[in-house]
Amino acid sequence: MRAFWAVLRRDLQLSLRGGGNVLTLVLFFVIVGALVPFAVGPDQVLLATVAPGIVWIAAFLAMLLGLDRLFGPDHDDGTLVLLRQADLPLSATIAAKVMAHWIVSALPLIIASPFLAMLLAMDVPTFWRTFLSLLVGTPALAAFGAVGAAVTVAIRRGGLVAPILIAPLSIPVLIFGVGAIGNPQAGAALLFLAALSLMAVALSPFAAALAISSAED
Amino acid sequence: MSIETAPKQRWWNRIAHPGQFVAWTRPLLWPLVALTAILFAVGLWFSFFGSPEDYQMGHTVRIMYIHVPNAWLSQFTYVVMSISAIGTLVWRHPMADVSMKSAAPLGALFTALALFTGALWGRPTWGTFWEWDGRMTSTLVLLFIYLGIIALWRAFDDQLRAARVVAVFTLVGAVNIPIIKFSVDWWSTLHQPASVFRADGPTMPPSILTPLFLMFFAFTFLFLALHLKAMHTEVQRRRIQGLERRAVQRAA
Repeated sequence: MRAFWAVLRRDLQLSLRGGGNVLTLVLFFVIVGALVPFAVGPDQVLLATVAPGIVWIAAFLAMLLGLDRLFGPDHDDGTLVLLRQADLPLSATIAAKVMAHWIVSALPLIIASPFLAMLLAMDVPTFWRTFLSLLVGTPALAAFGAVGAAVTVAIRRGGLVAPILIAPLSIPVLIFGVGAIGNPQAGAALLFLAALSLMAVALSPFAAALAISSAED
Repeated sequence: MSIETAPKQRWWNRIAHPGQFVAWTRPLLWPLVALTAILFAVGLWFSFFGSPEDYQMGHTVRIMYIHVPNAWLSQFTYVVMSISAIGTLVWRHPMADVSMKSAAPLGALFTALALFTGALWGRPTWGTFWEWDGRMTSTLVLLFIYLGIIALWRAFDDQLRAARVVAVFTLVGAVNIPIIKFSVDWWSTLHQPASVFRADGPTMPPSILTPLFLMFFAFTFLFLALHLKAMHTEVQRRRIQGLERRAVQRAA
């Protein structure tokens, strides 16, 4: 368990000291959301209806953007080879890295979401439900992202293929994530979203570890 | 005491050598093609002339004889790919990844045809080309997964290394197959529920079931023939790549 926390702390320190990466993601998230009123027109009623979907799409895109930092640098400088030979099983290492990835790429977005909610004319109860559904659903996005990043880690142009692979898998997350907001059955959708997140977080480290060890040898 | 030097070979060990596989399965190809052609001839005759019009849909019901086999094959091909993926990951069978790779474009094609014929059928009967209904959406997701897998195969330079990675992703993507299968039971919106493979028997008259089953087998045998031929082609392609690599090494 100490090794697990060590990997987590290392990844957090690397991304926080790496400069404005985290802020760039947040900026991207807000800008994508702020572009929508220009595209569909600044109609307050229309914006309020589509706002939860926009927030989810913006979060999905922003999390894609941070994905090649998950395994890419470690693969390039050889750290991944060392991590594979460590005492900690590779799947546990990956679980720690996914957790760190969620903390640096999803948590800031969730914290920044009130700003976007204001721009998109969301009312306060809708905002709280959006906040909750993001909090519950983004771990699944991080987990699927880890599988996509692991599968493409050995490819030089992997940055382009990973989003194509992940997007179909992420559709259920978006469906239940938005469903948990403006729906008469929002509670059931939120439970589904939680189940999806728990399953994805539990299973994806094993799939990602298998992909990484297959791609490397 | 005699030591068994030649272990008893099962058939899947014997076809593990790509050249052996081609030699063993090449005689199967022409009978498969002939059977497919006969089934298509009979099945198409029944679809166009030997079956009645639907009392509601008229002649448009005949789209079903193309649509249903394609929809079935879109999922069956993925099952074939998933089984091949297990073969690659668990037994490292050399032909499993050849099978997995050559099935992907076929699956994408069948899925695209199922969506296309479904849209053509949906317009006159439901009044819309497309509806975000459970089965259509999950089939569209299946098409995206196929295209992603093809893109993943092409992104790798080394196809042997690609095989295990693609196998992992194929198995992850397999969660979509039960969703497609049960989508019409979970979300009953526009697409009709299962009417052929049901516990209480099919709900169609035999005059419609006959051409449907004929076309079903025709398309399945078409898949088998195309898949086998694509596997042979893939074996040849790898042999050529190996020869090229050796020629480069000799020249260097």
